Amino acid sequence: MKRTHLMAGTALVAALAAGAVAAESLTIGLASEPTAVDPHYHDVSPNNALTLHIFSALGKLDADQNVHPALAKSWSNEDDKTWVFNLRDDVTFSDGSKFDADDVIFTFCRLMNNETSVAPTGKEVANMASVEAVDPYTLKIVTNEVEPLLPELLSQIMVLSEGVAEHGEITFDLENQCGVTGAWPSVEDFNSGKAAIGTGPFVLKEFTKGSKITLEKNPAYWGDAAEWDAVTFVPVPASGPRLAGLLSGDYDMIENPAARDIVQIEKNDGLEYSSAASNRVIFLQMDIGRDDTPFVETTDGKNPFQDIRVRKAISMAIDRQAIVDRIMDGFAQPAYQFVPDGMFGGMENPEALEYNPEKAKELLAEAGYPDGFKLTFHATNDRYINDSQVAQAVAQFLTRVGIQTDLDAMTRSIFFTRRSGREFSFSMGGWGSSEGGAASFLRQYVTTGNKDLGIGGSNYGDWSDPEFDAVVIEAISTIDEAKRKELLQQASQMAVEKMGFIPLHFESSIWAFRKGLDYPGRKDQYTLAYEITSDAAN
Amino acid sequence: MFTFVTQRLLQSTAVLFAVSVAVFLAVYAVGNPVDLLISPEATQAERAEMIARYGLDRPVWSQYLTFLGNALQGDLGTSFVHGEPALSLILSRVPATFELVVSALLIASVIGIPVGLWVGLNDGSFGSRAVMTGSIMGYSIPSFWKGMVLILVFAVWLNWLPASGRGETVEIFGVPFSFLTVDGLRHMAMPVINLAIPNIALMIRLTAAGASEAARQDYVKFARAKGVSNTRIVRRHILRNILIPIVTVLGVEFGSLIAFSTITETVFAWPGMGKLLITSIYQLDRPVVVAYVMLVTFIFVTVNLLVDFAYAALDPRVKLSERMS
Repeated sequence: MKRTHLMAGTALVAALAAGAVAAESLTIGLASEPTAVDPHYHDVSPNNALTLHIFSALGKLDADQNVHPALAKSWSNEDDKTWVFNLRDDVTFSDGSKFDADDVIFTFCRLMNNETSVAPTGKEVANMASVEAVDPYTLKIVTNEVEPLLPELLSQIMVLSEGVAEHGEITFDLENQCGVTGAWPSVEDFNSGKAAIGTGPFVLKEFTKGSKITLEKNPAYWGDAAEWDAVTFVPVPASGPRLAGLLSGDYDMIENPAARDIVQIEKNDGLEYSSAASNRVIFLQMDIGRDDTPFVETTDGKNPFQDIRVRKAISMAIDRQAIVDRIMDGFAQPAYQFVPDGMFGGMENPEALEYNPEKAKELLAEAGYPDGFKLTFHATNDRYINDSQVAQAVAQFLTRVGIQTDLDAMTRSIFFTRRSGREFSFSMGGWGSSEGGAASFLRQYVTTGNKDLGIGGSNYGDWSDPEFDAVVIEAISTIDEAKRKELLQQASQMAVEKMGFIPLHFESSIWAFRKGLDYPGRKDQYTLAYEITSDAAN
Repeated sequence: MFTFVTQRLLQSTAVLFAVSVAVFLAVYAVGNPVDLLISPEATQAERAEMIARYGLDRPVWSQYLTFLGNALQGDLGTSFVHGEPALSLILSRVPATFELVVSALLIASVIGIPVGLWVGLNDGSFGSRAVMTGSIMGYSIPSFWKGMVLILVFAVWLNWLPASGRGETVEIFGVPFSFLTVDGLRHMAMPVINLAIPNIALMIRLTAAGASEAARQDYVKFARAKGVSNTRIVRRHILRNILIPIVTVLGVEFGSLIAFSTITETVFAWPGMGKLLITSIYQLDRPVVVAYVMLVTFIFVTVNLLVDFAYAALDPRVKLSERMS
């Protein structure tokens, strides 16, 4: 009797001790607030990063934006428009129900019946002619148009459980609500937790908007378990207080500390930081389509941007390395193309765009502007990292070679409205290439606008190069990866050679955390708690 | 009394209407929210669909009339960014701001009025001059800097208080308040101090000015000559007479703090109304901005009405019918 008690007592103490050591929780200070737990509500980074913790998709994108299997073990093409996805059969949702092909079909149908979302969803689903569950773990999708990026696109569509709506038999029959008889889940259902049933590494415990979001480890997760039993996200948009929280120990990690605060973090023995190149390129966009452009004053009345020598001169007048070193405090890379090295479709070893103000002046003189011309440059002052300082530097570089530049930096809400109204002659923008590698920027900005193909939507300066268009259009409908890569590399080369757009630099993202943690960082700038490791485990 | 209230209500409705028109047009003129909401990879077709969905392609007067029609039924629009009805979104943040403001004004009155009285009645002494000089600093120091220094001292160096955010909440009638838990109070401490300091200074100066003026009045000299005790003079004569300006200022401060404690809420990441307002302006979330301004106008109007009732209670010479403006 006594010995049993002693053994039980020892076992209890051991269990408590082990439990106390293993129960690790993490508090992370976020730079922007996620507005909803609904993964299909608004396609913005904070929301996407949060929903990746609670849900999974057919595939997942790694830190370099390459796609890997997730809920789908593998996939293949029967022909250019037919895809077959083999799903995992060992996955359960957080409410215990089993995952199968019906859940995926339900998810696609929900995207087409998403009343409460901010912007219309379902663009990818609209391209699906048919979706069939050949068996519970095999999904066959036939697309209308060839879409080589289907796995990447599906990696960004989080899969919901069919149990969140009442339904009969689920089929991809959009006319008849796919067999759903009850109400489709709304964004409130997700925020309250009712519909937040997912297959991710964490389960939602509490979502108090503006205040904090608490997650708990999902014991039934199909993948590698995260190190943390509980994660709390606290949105602190002002960077000063966010850093203060890290310094005082309230937060274990924060996103986006200001680059100038890194000095303080380096000096502090209890803190570390990591930085990773992001996929966001900062570039200059010129009005080339119009012969008479509003914010340029020249002696001959023509549009100087239409002359390639002027564009090259502008690129040569800007010292990208100086901007990176002095304004971005080293947390950026000069850009000589539109996607960072290593991303799909980018040139392997792009030629550096040289800084040579003397040659720039010569080119300008050759083009007929020996005394330069006058220009008003438009940029944001609150959207990209140090955007107004970078814009000021660019304006000064240009003025030095004779292009008298006035800078008009404005808040982003006004900037984007005016830019899409095609009001500017010379503006600075940013773009994060999410999927598709090089194709992302090239098809959105550099191709001639084409509503039917859905390309060139942001080509506000009307840059048009039919040869280039042909290469990009072919690339985005080529299923064969090797051929597509080659075409995109060719397109990237053409884009830089003709210089319809001028790349400046790639932003880097920074994360700061307490000593003992490690975070490798990601190109998409997401902060994922399950990729944070502690040094003890390494 | 009845006519007074009715006239006031009519006036208020006119004010609300005028404000709604002004704000609606102002936010409309600033820009198109679609570019901020839509995924940057959206095609032109998607953009057009979205504009139609929010009714942004209709002429401004048509959008305003739809808004007015809905408003009269209690629906002030749905937030573009959050997907919730704008009014309920704002009201869900009111308790947090309310907590801060009521606590700050309470502290300001409890400290400010007695100290101000002492200063006013001991006019010219070294202590009173020191306090008056100190009070200038109280409302000159910029709120943002003051907040950051508080965080630096109490959270980073001393580690006594948490750096930002709201603490544990307890629900009363379904409304979450955080002042009932120790954790909640610890989180509230610094933002409340930040809001209270300029108001303490204000209360001190106001009370001191009023008290020193009242102390020179004939009726006080007469009461002293009669032999009335000092405490009774202060409490029954001086205080009652200077409370009218103090109540006015408290009313105005209450209204303006509820509406615009944006800076404090931003520095301390406090999930209140002010932070919601500033974010909504940046994101051109028009329904929230319009609903917010209308709610704030309503609050100011109500507070003014209550202040007028307080006058009548404090000063028997005031007849409400005279206070029409």
